[in-house]
Amino acid sequence: MSIFFKQRSVLPGFGLTMGFTILYLSLIVLIPLSGLLFKTATLSWEDFWGAVASARVLASFRLTFGCALLAAMINGVFGLMVAWVLVRYRLPGKRVIDALVDLPFALPTAVAGITLAGLYAGNGWIGQYLEPLGIKIAYTPLGIIVAMTFIGLPFVVRTVQPVLEDMEKEQEEAAACLGANRWQTFVRVIFPAITPALLTGFALAYARAIGEYGSVIFIAGNMPMVSEITPLLIITKLEQYDYAGATAIATVMLVFSFLILLTINLIQWWSRRHAER
Amino acid sequence: MGIQIQNISKKFGTYTALDQIDLTVPSGELVALLGPSGSGKTTLLRIIAGLETPDTGSIHFNGEVATQRHVRDRRVGFVFQHYALFQHMTVFDNIAFGMTVKPKAERPDKKHIRKRVNELLLLIQLDNMADRFPSQLSGGQRQRVALARALATEPKVLLLDEPFGALDAKVRLELRRWLRKLHDEIHVTSVFVTHDQEEALEVADRVVVMNQAKIEQIGTPEEVYDHPATPFVFNFLGHVNLFHCRESDDDQAVAIACLNGIDTGTVGYVRPSDICIRRNAEAADDIAAEVIFIQGAGALPHIELRRLDNGETVHAELPRDQYRQLGLKTGEQVFVHPTNVRVFAPNYQI
Repeated sequence: MSIFFKQRSVLPGFGLTMGFTILYLSLIVLIPLSGLLFKTATLSWEDFWGAVASARVLASFRLTFGCALLAAMINGVFGLMVAWVLVRYRLPGKRVIDALVDLPFALPTAVAGITLAGLYAGNGWIGQYLEPLGIKIAYTPLGIIVAMTFIGLPFVVRTVQPVLEDMEKEQEEAAACLGANRWQTFVRVIFPAITPALLTGFALAYARAIGEYGSVIFIAGNMPMVSEITPLLIITKLEQYDYAGATAIATVMLVFSFLILLTINLIQWWSRRHAER
Repeated sequence: MGIQIQNISKKFGTYTALDQIDLTVPSGELVALLGPSGSGKTTLLRIIAGLETPDTGSIHFNGEVATQRHVRDRRVGFVFQHYALFQHMTVFDNIAFGMTVKPKAERPDKKHIRKRVNELLLLIQLDNMADRFPSQLSGGQRQRVALARALATEPKVLLLDEPFGALDAKVRLELRRWLRKLHDEIHVTSVFVTHDQEEALEVADRVVVMNQAKIEQIGTPEEVYDHPATPFVFNFLGHVNLFHCRESDDDQAVAIACLNGIDTGTVGYVRPSDICIRRNAEAADDIAAEVIFIQGAGALPHIELRRLDNGETVHAELPRDQYRQLGLKTGEQVFVHPTNVRVFAPNYQI
């Protein structure tokens, strides 16, 4: 084994750092997750299937993963725009805007959820104008998307921003000299360069949105089959002392999340294939 | 295509980068903009390309005003010091880029693009590397790809900003000879910026020496090297010995001045290769000096001497056979005799 792991390097401490990494990952990630799997394993196949394949649970999966995907996509587009504006233009109060971007990180999620629900409810500041138009946001899947977008925004901005800042001006100048217009320069030169960072931000925002609980439940309305997210379903099962059922749902969620993140990582790896090896 | 530059000035804040520059680049010539950093040479190149707008003055391409023309409509090829290749594209796609972004009506078809790229790959001797990414190439190879990319759209003018600046000495030498050869084949009007006088003298048809936002001299490499117009040019284009001719001195320094019919109170400039070293005084203006350092390697052995009269250092370069014949040793006393003394009007400062 040591042949595979050991790499000659002038920096000492490979063994120590590797050991620490594995220990730390085990304590923080692997042991709790395997606990989850062990608890699920106490169920028989029929019980497991019954717990995760009921219509109500499947609906919640669809809702959670679907809304999270849409929210991450919205964040991908608008987060990129925010990062672009913050890097490329001089605006009054730019530093304030820059600081505002991090706010969803810092705000307690329940506060965000209650605030959003208040704003978008039928009698809220924003909701009162939308309701006559027939658009209901609070207590519908639309509200879930709003909450998930809110908490995911900083991820995209903060991953894309440094890459945009580091982009060589010469690349764009070279493209212009070769006759490319602004749009062609963006699509063919700038965008491919920031794609890996954008995918990272997208993946982080997606992962965060899938697991989000606090801010979503206040605005979702939590109607079974319509606006009930999977994390809430897990809490409900726990409140009914159905621990194995809760972990079964959690396990499915975990596996799906892992597969999705793995796929995004593979796409990212592919988009960076040109990078220095 | 010829380039005419008229009265171009450019300021960055309070810093003057270019001060009323006039310059004509004849069609088909390879011109070097030579100067120390901060002399404005890169700014001038970027203004020609359209990457920078001048504060005053105008640029003409073949007599047509191009000052307001957008960079993408100027049909210039620009090569950057740090290559600026598109990292996520293969060598092939990098070179093809200029052709593929053309409007649909003018865009050549795929077959034509492939043919053109392959021709260019042959030209830069990288025909087996079409599918590599820039990160897999050496510096010299990257710069050649950058050059091919710039040439792919058949530009009217080729502009190169310190194209060999980021390369190591040997590759730089090879590449600049290759560039000269390439220019002799394709004859595209080219301007390149460099701070390396050797590079400028070896490659260019015409050298434009710049200093502090102004042009000091324009001429062929021989002209600027043999007949520098100002002390700056003399100093910048090689090593130089200064002989101060003070009025009170009745020694050899005055003799040098007198020899050349020069008033005292001025400075004589002599290239190290124009210093004669001999064991015995042969002329009245020979100067006694002591050999303090010998660097015998290289094509022109370098000898450092100290004048016995005023302690100033004199640098000399001798041809190898003469150097061997003399058999100089450190500490020896010899006589130096400057030839080809150049004197400039005294108000010039280096």
